[in-house]
Formats: sequence, structure tokens, C-alpha cells
Amino acid sequence: MSTYILKRFLQLIPVFLGATLLVYYLVFSLPGDPIAALFGDKPVNAAVAANLRAQYHLDQPFWIQYLLYLKSIFTLDLGQDFSGRPIATVLGEVFPVTARLAIMALIFEAFFGIIFGLIAGLRKGKFFDATVLIFSLVVIGIPIFVLGFLLQFTIGVQLGWAKPTVSSAATVPDLILPAIVLGLGSFAYVLRLTRTSVIENMNADYVRTATAKGLSRFQVVRVHILRNSLIPVITFLGADLGALMGGAIVTEGIFNVPGVGNRLYRAVLSGEGPTVVSIVTVLVLIYCLSNLLVDLLYGWLDPRIRYDS
Amino acid sequence: MSASVEIREAEDATERPLLEIKDLAIGFTTSNGEVNAVRNAHLTIMPGETVAIVGESGSGKSTTALAAIGLLPGNGRVSAGQILFDGDDISNASEKRMIELRGNSIGMVPQDPMSNLNPVWKIGDQVRETLKANGLPSGPDDVAKVLSQAGLPDAASRAKQYPHEFSGGMRQRALIAIGLSCQPRLLIADEPTSALDVTVQRQILDHLDKMTTELGTAVLLITHDLGLAAERADQVVVMYRGQVVESGPSLELLQNPQHPYTQRLVASAPSLASRRIQAAKELGVETDDMLAPSETGVVEPSKTDEVLQIQNLRKVFKLRSGLGKSTDFTAVDDVSFSVKRGTTTAIVGESGSGKSTVAQMVLNLLAPTSGKIIFDGVDTSTLNSKDLFAFRRRVQPIFQDPYGSLDPMYNIFRTIEEPLRTHKIGDKASREKKVRELLDQVALPQSTMQRYPNELSGGQRQRVAIARALALDPEVIICDEAVSALDVLVQAQVLNLLAELQSRLGLTYLFITHDLAVVRQIADHVCVMERGKLVETGSTDEVFESPQQDYTRALLNAIPGAGLMLPPEVEVA
Repeated sequence: MSTYILKRFLQLIPVFLGATLLVYYLVFSLPGDPIAALFGDKPVNAAVAANLRAQYHLDQPFWIQYLLYLKSIFTLDLGQDFSGRPIATVLGEVFPVTARLAIMALIFEAFFGIIFGLIAGLRKGKFFDATVLIFSLVVIGIPIFVLGFLLQFTIGVQLGWAKPTVSSAATVPDLILPAIVLGLGSFAYVLRLTRTSVIENMNADYVRTATAKGLSRFQVVRVHILRNSLIPVITFLGADLGALMGGAIVTEGIFNVPGVGNRLYRAVLSGEGPTVVSIVTVLVLIYCLSNLLVDLLYGWLDPRIRYDS
Repeated sequence: MSASVEIREAEDATERPLLEIKDLAIGFTTSNGEVNAVRNAHLTIMPGETVAIVGESGSGKSTTALAAIGLLPGNGRVSAGQILFDGDDISNASEKRMIELRGNSIGMVPQDPMSNLNPVWKIGDQVRETLKANGLPSGPDDVAKVLSQAGLPDAASRAKQYPHEFSGGMRQRALIAIGLSCQPRLLIADEPTSALDVTVQRQILDHLDKMTTELGTAVLLITHDLGLAAERADQVVVMYRGQVVESGPSLELLQNPQHPYTQRLVASAPSLASRRIQAAKELGVETDDMLAPSETGVVEPSKTDEVLQIQNLRKVFKLRSGLGKSTDFTAVDDVSFSVKRGTTTAIVGESGSGKSTVAQMVLNLLAPTSGKIIFDGVDTSTLNSKDLFAFRRRVQPIFQDPYGSLDPMYNIFRTIEEPLRTHKIGDKASREKKVRELLDQVALPQSTMQRYPNELSGGQRQRVAIARALALDPEVIICDEAVSALDVLVQAQVLNLLAELQSRLGLTYLFITHDLAVVRQIADHVCVMERGKLVETGSTDEVFESPQQDYTRALLNAIPGAGLMLPPEVEVA
């Protein structure tokens, strides 16, 4: 087991190097001069520009820039963004906000997706099942920015049940509405996945055998149908955590959440290589770790694929 | 549960039947309206008695039994008649009443041990929940006791294992433990051993017998095997197309079947047959004569008598055991035998004995680790790609699963024509003529050509597979469990067809099977394999009449109904 985890951690090294190199190269090849853009409408002062270029190593060729960046990572000094603040501080500000948002979205989609999916599966072909299926299709069909603005306007502005925008502290109550918007698409997928999986398991021989033992319907569902049906759902949820962290850009934009997406968007626009690469690298690592977590959970849920041999 | 011929009236007349099914009809709602799966079924089980329902798949035997425990699939329902359990009609009982009965009054041992245990829970947990749901003490000791009573050794530690760590036989013991854990008065055993090897089957059934006799449990045994039913049950009920066609004390029914279907079943039950199918002699031709004409130009008279020689064959598989380490597993160990032209050699053994691995190596689909396969004087491992292509034309396979071995997207004409086209034989018109001839040979109507595999029954599909194997006029046909997936009647038809084709075309068969009863019907020579080794070879008569090895004797004794005496001639209607 521990060798398996160690092996998985060692696999993170090439992923880390590959991701940083690729992202750094993409930012490097962006058209336009980021330093010139900093001056805005004012004329560019050549001496100041040269000074800034030297400070951010923008006068160096690509490989030197990349290696200098790697060095800064290993010395735990990520450098500064264009406004002069240490990148590490920036990361420390934005990641907790987005992590809170993503985890809230994950809890929402897992809880409601599994419950609705289970009921729909058990009542296959009945009214509840049909209603929920149509609803999930509608949710999947409508783009997230339309849903976001719609809910912001109706629930936030017209009904006044929640604040339409998020304060700079981004507290848990502030984030409830954005989390629902963020998790809504995946909620529909979790629901459909759970439903399919439940229907498949309901017809399994061991479910019939369990009924023949004299178990009540509730026990059969809880012990034999639910746990077996959750295996594919857990896989989806784990992979989705990474996607939610990185995919919150639109939602954060709508509700003005001071999170990763907002900061990353600004950094891409202004061509701040080190900031973009730092944020994306952390996202990639989160993605890899959540996948590792899924694989471990998978072994826990399904003893046939434990990794200790 | 001896198969004694006891007359019902002789028993205590005041005793009430434990289960009585009267005029039962079960309907399934389909998109085409309601279909009746069972009509007018009736049977009676006295306390402590064993009653078997026999029939082929689709005869309604399992449906009848499932209705008795209220486990019909969602779209099925009892549409008429009564199911009286201890005098109480439960045919349309509430779910609450059925939950009360299940487990502690009516237990079930299901058919397939591989799919009937939940893979994500420990064996012990699955026993414990049964005890708990029926209000019995369910501590670790109680669970271990139940498991060890079902014949599971070292039960306390076995209870902590998961189903995938158990063999098929052990899983079936666990399922028997679950079925009998609450000491029900009636046990429904739905083909409890049909997925197991024949020797394991005997052990399990003996143990089940012993337990139900001790506990005084009545058993409703569902099986397709008439021999097994006669051996294990006091009464036999024969079902055919949803109806009970005959019932009575088992031996009486076996010796004097009244209904035409029962007569056919008795006549073709492989476990009761005792002779080689004699198609060749009936036609009055010697197999040697059939070799001479050499219509295809492939068979030449000068060829050696031994068409296939297997010399010291070995196959070692590397099993990965993590981190680049591997252990060797010898699947086939120093196997030598030879096959005479125009005869049938059977390789028998339990699953895991290496018999299919031998077949794959003979087909040149798997390379041997060492040893030689000499086909018609040539070592098959030395063949270049051109010679291998020619070899494939002369040696053809028929596989077990007629559902999996036909391409669902090809119609039957294309399926049978494919080998001809691959080997560039004839033009379009002559290939079509050949396909028609082949369909005639396997007794399928020519209209079958336009149909697709999913429109055919299992037996028809296996005929198509045989026609495809014959398309290239091969000399040797390797049948890997070619009749195992078929019902007994269909099995008998296919075996007869194979015997007839052998005598007409001078074919040589290498027949891989786990079923000794089939061997008796088709083979001239038998090779018995155990754990990769060849333990006994000889002519079929020698092996069956005076087996030399304990293992062979165990296999022979395990044939259901082997010890039953039958009348010498049973008229086939």
C-alpha cells in the first residue's frame, strides 16, 4: 500500500515539470509586450522598461527564464507579480477562497446528485424519474453563465434570498449561491450516473439473493445497492474537484468572487508569466492529488482492486 | 433423500403439505402485451421431502420457484392459481409478509456462485446480515458456526475474506450457509451446482443432502439435469414450455416416462447414456474408405495414420506478482498423446486443468514453452506464414459460446462464406453453392442465409459455427467445450450431427470438455488431465470400465445419475 502511494507521488514529478514547462512556454509565446502594456496610454520610458524587463528576466531567452523560474520555486521564492506583491502571498489569498467555493459545490452536487439519482433509479420509469431526468437535461443544456446570471438576478436581486455578489472576505454564507451555480452542471451528471448505476445494480444477482435472505427493502438498498452504485460516482466526484477549482473562472466572474479564477484571468491578460504558471501548477498538483485520492477511495470501496499485492 | 419409490398415500395421511402450488399461472408484461411464462403448474412438497423440477432453459422452472419466495422480476406476476405455504396462500401476499417468510421459513440457494455474493462485502458480513435480519444471534462465533456447518474449513478466518478470494465451490458453500443459516422449513435450490466442476458438484450436493436431512428441511431443487434430479429427489416434476407435463416418484418416472417430452429427455440425457454414438457403423462405411477419394486434394492416402502427435508439450505462464517480480505457473506440464485420423480424442479435466491451453497450442494460437506439436508429419512451430495459412485451412475450431463466436453484424451467409473468401476459394457463385451445401449438411434450411445470429437459437448458432468450421474441408476440428452451453436435447442433436459428419467426411475431432457423459457419447480415446498433467489415457471403454487413477474414478463417480439403472432401450417418440 505505502509503496503504491510512494510510486504515485513519484509520478507527480514528471507531471509537475511537464505542466510548468508547457504553461510557461504558452505564456512566453503570447503576442504583445507585457511591459509596454503596463504603461497603458502613457509613453513608454525606455530606461524604466529595460529596468523592469531585467527585474522580471524578460530580456533573457526562454530556457533561461524557465530555469530561473524553476530555481525560484525550489528556493520557495516565487518572485513578485507586476504590482510588486510576492506571488506566494497572492496564492495564499486566492486559493483558500476558491477551495472553499469548490468544496461547497462538491458537497452540493454529491449530496443532492446521489439522493436524487438513487430515488430516480429505484423508481425507474415513474413520474419522479422522468421529471428529474428532464430537469437534468435542461441543466446540462444551458451554459453556466446563463444559469449564473439567471440565478443571480432571480434569487439575489429580485427575491433577495442571497447577496448577488460576494464580499472580499468570501464567507461561507456569501458563497452558497455561487457554489450552487458552480456545482449545478456536475450535479446533473452525478444524478444521471447514480441513476444508471443503481438501475444496473438493482438487477444484480446478489441483490436478489439479499432479498431472499429476508432483508427489508431499506436494508437491501442501503447495504447492497447504494455502496456498489457509488463506485463510479466517487471516481467522477474526485476528478471533478480538480475541474471545479480550475473551472470556477466564469462563476467567480459573475459573482465577483476574489478567487483563483479571477486572479488567473487578470494574470493571463497582463502576461504575468510567473503568476500564471504558479497558479496553474498548483491547480495541476491539486488535480493529480485528487485523482490519487479517488484511486485510494476506489480500493476502499471495491476490495477487488486493492493495491497491496 | 434416497431415491426410494415411496407412494405418497403410504405416508401419514394427516400431514399437511409444506408447499402446494395449484393451477399456477405467471405472466410477464412485455411491450407486446402479457406473455404467460407458466400455465397450470402444480406441485406438492411434504415437510422434509425433496422435489425436483426438471426442464430446459425457458421451461418456467426457475420462474415457478421464484414465485414461491416472492422474487419474480419486476414485470412478472402471478395471474392465476395459488401458492400455499403451510396452508396459507402467499401468491399475492404483501411484501411485509414475504420479508417475514424469507430467510427463516423459505431459504434460497441461487444458481451462480460468482454473481450472487456482493463483491464489496466480506463473506462474514453477508452471513451476519442474514442472521440479524431474522432475529438470530449474529456474533462472530455464530457466523463461523454457520459457515463451518456448510463445510467451509477454517471458517472464522475465512469469514473475514471477500468473495473474490474464494473459489467457486467455496462461494457456493457460503451461499448454502446463507440459505440454511436460519434453518428454514423449505429450501429453494436453483441449479445450485451447475456452474461448478463435476467433482465439486458432487461434494456440494452430498453436503447439502446431509444438512437438509439433519435439519429436516424440505428442498425444491431446480435443475436441467434429469440424472441429477433422479439421484437427489424423491419426486420429480418435468416442465416444458411453462407447463408441468409429468410428475411422480423419480425412479418410476425415469424408468417409465409417459409424456413424449420426458421420453426424449430420458433418451438424450448425457449423464444416462452409456454408448458411443454409432453413426459410422449405421451408414455402413469404414472411416478409412472416406479418406481415399481426397476430393479437396488436401488429404493424400499416403499420409500417416496419426494425424496429430503431441510430444512433451509444456506451457509456462508468468504470473505478475508486483514490482517486476513474477512467478511461473505451469499450465501444461509434459503432455504427450497422439490422435489417429478419423477418430475422436477427448481431453477431459476440471477447469484449470490446462485442457483449453492444449487446444489453443494445437490451433497454433499460443506458442508452447517447450515440446512439439506434429501435424501430419510437420512440426507446427516451424511453419512460416504461408504454411501457417495452409495449416489453418486444415485445422478448424468450434468454440464453446455460440453467442460470442459469431459476428452479430454478419448475416449467416457472410459468416460461413468468410473463410472461403479469406482463402480465395472459388468465385462468388461457387461459394454460394458451397454455403448452401454446408447448410444442408448441418440440417439448417437454406433460408437461414439471410438471417442474423441474434435471430437464431443457441443450437442453430452452434450449427452455423459447425458449418463455418467445415467450409474449408478441414481434416481436424478442435471442439473446445462445443456443446457445454447447450440444453440436453440440443446437445444430443449437435453430438449426433458431429458423429454423422465424422463418418461421412472422415473428420478427426479433438474434443475438449469437462463433461465425461459427453465423452462417453462422442470419443474413441480419452486423455484425462489434472493440474496440467496427463494422468490417464486410453480408449473410452477402458477408461470408463476400468479407470486406473483415483482422479479418473472421482470424475466418473461424480457424473450425476451414473449409478442409476435404466431400462436398456428407451423409445424415442
